[in-house]
Amino acid sequence: MTMTSASDTAPIAFVRHEMVQAEPPPPSMVGMQGWLKKNLFSTPGNILLTAVGFFLAAWLIWQVVDFAIVRAVFVGTSGEDCRKSPDVGACWPYVQAYWKLFVYGRYPIAERWRVDLTGLVFVVLLVPLMIPAAPLKRLNVILFFLIFPVFAFSMLVGGWFGLPHVETALWGGVLVSLVVAVTGIVMSLPLGVLLALGRRSKMPVIRLLSTIFIEFWRGVPLITVLFMASNMLPLFMPAGVDVDKLLRALIGVSLFSAAYMAEVVRGGLQAIPKGQYEGAMALGLSYWRMMGLVVMPQALKLVIPGIVNTFIGLFKDTTLVSIVSIFDLLGMINFTRTDSAWAAPTTAMTGYLVAAVFYWVFCFGMSRYSMFMENRLNTGHKR
Amino acid sequence: MSDNTVSAIELKADRSKMKVSDETAVKLAGVNKWYGDFHVLKDINLTVMKGERIVICGPSGSGKSTMIRCINRLEEHQKGQIVVDGIELTNDLKKIDEVRRDVGMVFQHFNLFPHLTILENCTLAPIWVKKMPKKEAEEVAMHYLKRVRIPEQANKYPGQLSGGQQQRVAIARSLCMNPKIMLFDEPTSALDPEMVKEVLEVMISLAESGMTMLCVTHEMGFARQVANRVIFMDAGQIIEQNEPEAFFGNPQHERTKLFLSQILH
Repeated sequence: MTMTSASDTAPIAFVRHEMVQAEPPPPSMVGMQGWLKKNLFSTPGNILLTAVGFFLAAWLIWQVVDFAIVRAVFVGTSGEDCRKSPDVGACWPYVQAYWKLFVYGRYPIAERWRVDLTGLVFVVLLVPLMIPAAPLKRLNVILFFLIFPVFAFSMLVGGWFGLPHVETALWGGVLVSLVVAVTGIVMSLPLGVLLALGRRSKMPVIRLLSTIFIEFWRGVPLITVLFMASNMLPLFMPAGVDVDKLLRALIGVSLFSAAYMAEVVRGGLQAIPKGQYEGAMALGLSYWRMMGLVVMPQALKLVIPGIVNTFIGLFKDTTLVSIVSIFDLLGMINFTRTDSAWAAPTTAMTGYLVAAVFYWVFCFGMSRYSMFMENRLNTGHKR
Repeated sequence: MSDNTVSAIELKADRSKMKVSDETAVKLAGVNKWYGDFHVLKDINLTVMKGERIVICGPSGSGKSTMIRCINRLEEHQKGQIVVDGIELTNDLKKIDEVRRDVGMVFQHFNLFPHLTILENCTLAPIWVKKMPKKEAEEVAMHYLKRVRIPEQANKYPGQLSGGQQQRVAIARSLCMNPKIMLFDEPTSALDPEMVKEVLEVMISLAESGMTMLCVTHEMGFARQVANRVIFMDAGQIIEQNEPEAFFGNPQHERTKLFLSQILH
């Protein structure tokens, strides 16, 4: 009876005479109040989670503030000042005493302006490159990717234009961290793109070579790569040929991350429908134009999270260069924290806090920038 | 022929404007193709004159799409000869590029480039393949976007357009290369019913401009109004071909009769 009651009472035919107009949503859906209710306090379980999360966050923040500021020592001349109280916080005088070593390593003091200038030029070129609306993009790209490496190399290494030569064994700290990371990042993407294309190529030889390359570099730990590059490679080199140790590490890191990048990019390529290739081919675009103008822009956009993941991983992996006696920031901290003049309970922790903040700021910056680019490049389904 | 056998869409085309020349546009002679062991095209012989409008129909898997995709070498044939506008298709990449420059193609799923605006979709090939200055390419693009009646969408992205609009953009994009021959691979099959007509009307105006067209489609109304030949394929071969009136009114082969009885009702 219940099944047919509707048709018993209501007529089947219906004609709408007036269209229902669109109305604004009810107040519970909009504004701050609506958002809070929907996202934080929708059910008793969620209220509990919100409260627990809030207290956990507050406790964590307090711990850091307590260590880094409240209990911290700000002035002093030696480890003595950081040993006075039994529950002392961060030992900032230690960082003050050593921060130049953290930044430049043992780069000669009289030549450090060269590092500063290189860093300044780097920032000046990078910032407009990252702002989509900034003008002269083409010039900016040429300056950053072609001119700047030459400039940075001549400035940092020296040996010409009256600049004294500074051997890379003296480089250290943030300088080395950034040189390794930036070189790795800038080299790995184009190499990775080529390797990914090679691995999907229809030509068997190219495909095989790319696959072997990728599987080899992915199959060995970075530590092994660095170790081989610094200790074993010289054994195979003809006598008299000496490749700079930092350069060997740079090549190792670049090829290593290129292999990872290749697989990330290949993932993106696989997500591009066949129709995109056919559409491009039917228009007469050659292989490289089809890839460069149609397929790759879409594939790379799809795998931005994966690309940035690899970049961030690479950035942190640069710390591994210290096992081949190249002293990056972490290496410098490890090197100075054992200085007996600064022996104090929290010296090492303070140093590691500095390292943690440094790496976190850079990695978080990359992460946020990638999210910004993802949003900006999203043209697919917005309506 | 009774009119209720045609699809519900009313189309009007002026056949007097469609002229067939005596020059050959496309010639397929003894074309065979295999996917692995599967013999997908069997001894295809077809000559298309300039200005001809050919509709190809048949059940799915009959090889009709594969056949027209061989004409711009999206698919490779293994035996026989395909000559497009005087150029024989072989493994020679230069010749393939030359053919593709002269042959436009419209796909079932549009295949617009979602990361480019409508205007950029239309100017991409003229700029990079034909080396046309950007400004000129944009003028050409706007001309064809007007012709398919969506110039106001030029700066939107494909994802913001309806299916019918996207397909019209795809047609305009092909036309920007000034092709001599147009291939249509089920251009209306993925469209909502309300959008089929706007696309067919654009195709009719193209036919009226004298374009050589090969259309894989089941829009029989379009076939009657526009085609000068209808080809029926099944099992990888051409079963029957005739002028539309005779094809629909008096099919000869049993398979054709069965097919028509299934789709026309």
